[in-house]
Amino acid sequence: MLRLLLVWFSLMLLLGVTLGAAFLPLGEAKPWIAYGIAAAKAGLILWFFMDMRKEGGLLRLATGAALLWIVFMITLIAADYLTRS
Amino acid sequence: MAEERHLHEPFHEVERQEEADRLGMLVFLGSEAMLFGGIFAAAMTLRLLHPQEYIAASGQMKLWHGTLNTAILLTSSLLAAVAVEAARGNRPLWARRALWAAVALGAAFLGIKGHEYCLEYRAGVIPGLAPFGLRSAFEQLFMNLYFVATGLHALHLIAGMVLLSIAALNRRAQEDVHAVLIGNVALYWHLVDLIWVFLYPTIYLAGAAQ
Repeated sequence: MLRLLLVWFSLMLLLGVTLGAAFLPLGEAKPWIAYGIAAAKAGLILWFFMDMRKEGGLLRLATGAALLWIVFMITLIAADYLTRS
Repeated sequence: MAEERHLHEPFHEVERQEEADRLGMLVFLGSEAMLFGGIFAAAMTLRLLHPQEYIAASGQMKLWHGTLNTAILLTSSLLAAVAVEAARGNRPLWARRALWAAVALGAAFLGIKGHEYCLEYRAGVIPGLAPFGLRSAFEQLFMNLYFVATGLHALHLIAGMVLLSIAALNRRAQEDVHAVLIGNVALYWHLVDLIWVFLYPTIYLAGAAQ
């Protein structure tokens, strides 16, 4: 139970950090920081709240596969738009 | 034996059966993640093609509504995880309390989202309902994305609240130390939270400094 509370506290801290960072003049780095923090929050939720830390390889693979395909889709679409002249 | 009553065909071991239960849920959640993946891909495309306009449109969003709702959903996820832990620790009463508390936070989220939609209706920025039309074609695109993304998310949230309530009303589910029903319902609720964690920077944070 204490572990869950610590994870929740970290999530709230990350929310504060991402909100603060949105007001800083970080230029091009801004979306990277915002989505980086979102990914960190997602990692905490997956690992502790969704119990991935206790699951075996099969369930981790099933979850990871979904995330991997989304990463492929986002990367390929970005590769298209970023390389158009 | 409680263990044997819990077991059903074609499984011979409780561990295998539990793994299969969770695998089914996670594969379903993977398909849900794909659905929202398309929306995030659309948001990224809008932002890459029109970076300035995207930030300006995001700046019109109600940042504090979005931030408060993020905190509410993260807390409700904690409560769902607590419910699973309580059921596994043979504390059905605490599991029930945590489930109802998560439902209450879900309702609070919907209330805040509803208030936000009301403010947007009054500001005349809802595509199709705006009396004088939206300011630009891009704003129309952004608002379409906003309502599709948050509307679809809200539908999932309502479904999650129904599932949490079913688990909260089911005494047998709370007394099940394997937490099969509560565990799977909690997984669904965490996904609703995960999607919001990414919607927050996409919709609200992009233009926060505007």
